[in-house]
Amino acid sequence: MRLAFLKSLLTLSSVAALVAMPALAADKVKIGFVSTLSGPSAALGVDIRDAFMLAVKLNGGKLGGLPADVSISDDQFKPDVGKQLFERYVKRDKVDFLTGVVFSNIMLAGLPEAVDNKTIYLSPNAAPSPIAGAQCSPYFYAVSWPNDAYHEAAGQYATNLKVKSAYLLAPNYQAGKDSLAGFKRFYKGTVSGEVYTKLGQLDYAAELAEIRAAKPEVVYTFLPGGMGINFIKQFMAAGLNKDIRLIQPGFGADQDVIRAVGNDMLGVFDTAHWGLDLPNEANKKFVAEFEKEYKRLPTLYAAQGYDTALLIDAAVRASGGKMEDKDAMLKHLKTAKFNSVRGDFRFNTNNFPIQNYYLREVQKDAQGRLVNRIVGQPILANHGDAYVKDCPMK
Amino acid sequence: MTGILILEQALNGLQFGLMLFLLASGLTLVFGIMDMINLAHGALYMVGAFFTAWLVQLTDSFWLGVLLAVLLTAVVGMLLEATLLRTLYARDHLSQVLATFALILIINESVRMIWGSDLPLSAPQVLAGPVELLPGLLYSSYRLVIIGVGLGIALLLFLLVTRTRMGAWVRAGASNREMAMAMGINIRALFTGVFGIGAALCAVAGAMLGPLLAVQVGMGENILILAFVVIVIGGIGSVWGAFVGAILVGFVDTLGRTLLPFLFREVFSPQFASAAGPAVASIAVYVLMAVVLFVRPQGLFSGRS
Amino acid sequence: MRAMNPKTPLWAWLFGVAMAIGLPLVLHALGQDFYISMLSRMLIYGIAACSLNLILGYGGLVSFGHAAFVGIGAYMVGILITEGVTNGWLGFAAAMGVSALAAAIIGAISLRTRGVYFIMITLAFAQMIYYLVNSIKAYGGDEGLNIKRRSDFGFGLDLKNDLTFYFVVLLVLVLTLLLISRIMHSRFGRVIHALRDDDVRAESIGFAAYRYKWVLFVIAGTLGGLSGALMVNHQNYVSPNLMHWTQSGILMVMVILGGVGTLAGGLWGALVLLILEDVIAEYTLHWQFYVGWILLAVILLAPKGLSGLVQKFRSPARTKDSA
Repeated sequence: MRLAFLKSLLTLSSVAALVAMPALAADKVKIGFVSTLSGPSAALGVDIRDAFMLAVKLNGGKLGGLPADVSISDDQFKPDVGKQLFERYVKRDKVDFLTGVVFSNIMLAGLPEAVDNKTIYLSPNAAPSPIAGAQCSPYFYAVSWPNDAYHEAAGQYATNLKVKSAYLLAPNYQAGKDSLAGFKRFYKGTVSGEVYTKLGQLDYAAELAEIRAAKPEVVYTFLPGGMGINFIKQFMAAGLNKDIRLIQPGFGADQDVIRAVGNDMLGVFDTAHWGLDLPNEANKKFVAEFEKEYKRLPTLYAAQGYDTALLIDAAVRASGGKMEDKDAMLKHLKTAKFNSVRGDFRFNTNNFPIQNYYLREVQKDAQGRLVNRIVGQPILANHGDAYVKDCPMK
Repeated sequence: MTGILILEQALNGLQFGLMLFLLASGLTLVFGIMDMINLAHGALYMVGAFFTAWLVQLTDSFWLGVLLAVLLTAVVGMLLEATLLRTLYARDHLSQVLATFALILIINESVRMIWGSDLPLSAPQVLAGPVELLPGLLYSSYRLVIIGVGLGIALLLFLLVTRTRMGAWVRAGASNREMAMAMGINIRALFTGVFGIGAALCAVAGAMLGPLLAVQVGMGENILILAFVVIVIGGIGSVWGAFVGAILVGFVDTLGRTLLPFLFREVFSPQFASAAGPAVASIAVYVLMAVVLFVRPQGLFSGRS
Repeated sequence: MRAMNPKTPLWAWLFGVAMAIGLPLVLHALGQDFYISMLSRMLIYGIAACSLNLILGYGGLVSFGHAAFVGIGAYMVGILITEGVTNGWLGFAAAMGVSALAAAIIGAISLRTRGVYFIMITLAFAQMIYYLVNSIKAYGGDEGLNIKRRSDFGFGLDLKNDLTFYFVVLLVLVLTLLLISRIMHSRFGRVIHALRDDDVRAESIGFAAYRYKWVLFVIAGTLGGLSGALMVNHQNYVSPNLMHWTQSGILMVMVILGGVGTLAGGLWGALVLLILEDVIAEYTLHWQFYVGWILLAVILLAPKGLSGLVQKFRSPARTKDSA
């Protein structure tokens, strides 16, 4: 039957077309970048990507002295798409480093692909507690902050304020659970409500009605991306900010949210490991260059993406460009010295950072723009995470 | 469980139900009169939202943007009908399902190519704050406007269907198409007109819900299923059925999301309750549909004779 | 084997077999195991689409809930492996058993309705299962379930090896096609044909339409579950998205593309659609746009799918029959 023949021919020629024969060149750094670049939470992935590419550009298109070959893909906020992309970069393209994912659930779906095939994954954002603890891996590096950290700092802040009743809300996935667990670990008052919403949910009318009925002093939510923007808009529209103080983790009140919500953000308090006004040289350069290149202020996602590129740069440089020696590369990553935009940090035994966490407030800067300013001393200084003791790596 | 909470949730249910009605009414008319399953109905809702977001930015006026978007979407709908969908009337349901499924892919990507994956859309500033309906009950003024718009359009639609000549044609066509054609009604123009109205209604829903949910590619798929559930419950071809069905589904969904987790939380852990509650509430809508289909297979108020 | 389609010349069959066996071996020799994995994925979808073709193509039943059976099969194996039961025979039997049960229940209720109501009810059931699975946090819920290893069938078969896994999938595909062919050429199959063309007449002769359709529905669901078991093995991952109604839509697209009611229509549709997807996706992010147009063209111009096109091409004078 001609049909079978035609179809077989189609299969063969298409597969042949796809089979590029990549020469394994040890004269460049191959990087696979998978992130959320579409949908309501695209701003986060876009910031990480833009900052990462900015660092590469400022380095003359190189990392560690070798030309950087960065392939960028969109995970569309779907774990199965992310997983397939990981598989492609690890198995087909055999990249040296994999990075980029914003959301923990997507990263957790794809991480086994990398770890099982001994490909190094550097996370510019997602850093969930299981990977900090029992499931830690020498191939995973968190260049951001342990998922709980911002929430622990926020809980500490609420304790410092002597808050009596707090209402908590987060999406029902690993990072969401980590967040509220982290808050409660350092918050000493009563929790008047703890609600887990659907990941990606955008209409919070029902939840806001319940918050109103519960009458808490403080509402703390973990809602990254479009979820948070919608929640805050609806929170303000429902008039709840009259009697209730809204505390956010740093990214819940960062530039992308400020841009979307507007003046209602004034006076919101949040906690983070980095701020636009951190007074070190690397940061000043980063913020200035980012604004010049992209005509907007960077978020902390961007700061994390930038630092990831700097880390790769330092590690590759320390290895002398020898990408094939994986074990040596792991050591270099752990001990690489580079000027991070957040100031000092070092890796804990589980490859998660030890660093400071600050309180920030949304205020107007000298040019009348709404920005986060760091207030006071670090709430948590040289802080690691609660899971490192479960990690077998020493 | 306070009275205020229940009242606020009831309002939320009404708001959601009315928007569902806008979608379902167009869908039920198209299905009832043209006997066509149109999966691309949700895509028109998305197109309406995107047009709104784009035009609001251009004209710097929310209501003007909405008006223009609704007109544009109606035009797009009618063009679609006159060129492509018309050829599907005579085909079997499977072909209609697959052709309109293909249309969803095409429309989704076209929107992405023109505007990107999403556009920002905010309610007008004046409606950004709450209104005190009762002491202790502050309700978002924008949501109240949505309820108003929904009720207003429902009223207009009823007047159209029951009091105008076109409405009579529509009811005749829904009830018995061959007879209507034999009576001399210009079926082609009627079909195009009905489709245009359906598209316009979708656009209104998209424009109104845009500021609350995000204006993003793919926003039509989820709400499309609920719209189908509504018309099956309400009865295919019946606008009144679509109204009752939509309000019913809106209440079951919203109140379900509150009452069920509340009940579950009394018994189970917060994480389980918050997962199971909304899940069971979503299922409740389908269970409702299955029950209705069992008891009255043609829906509550079938328009068909 | 020749009895399946008397029109297919032997040399075409041999060529097909040579491709199916030879291509992956060549790829392996070239070190391109990633592409063998891609082929496996296509064949697995082929099995799923063929199972849908049973009820859609042969039975004329438009079920929007078929992806639910695929998902059930996948989750059964996934859950068992997570709980430590890695025996493939047990896992696959459980997958097929539970999907058969689900199909029995869903079919029993849905087949009482017709036309668009049947479509809506199958859709409703699929959504119910989707939401239920979404809420089971113990097995991942929204995030999906990662499994650490693949099923173990003994005989020294290491399914982690891409080549080995491919041949296992190929074997299952061939067995599935044989089974479907046997069914459709049996007395049972002839009754199904008669029912699809005219329910009333067939019933007046004495065939209980409902019972025959129900059996067909259960068989289709079981085979769907089988494809799901293979799928979770292939991806080492399963998420509720596998059961979303849009996935059922994609399976339907594959059936239509390949040819409704032909034996291997589902397989061809899966191959064509997935290859198109991958090839177009290399060049543009907007591959769904092009796939949409192609699909639209097929439905409007070639309603019997690619198989129908080729039949027309080969014998324009002959009337088409769809076995």
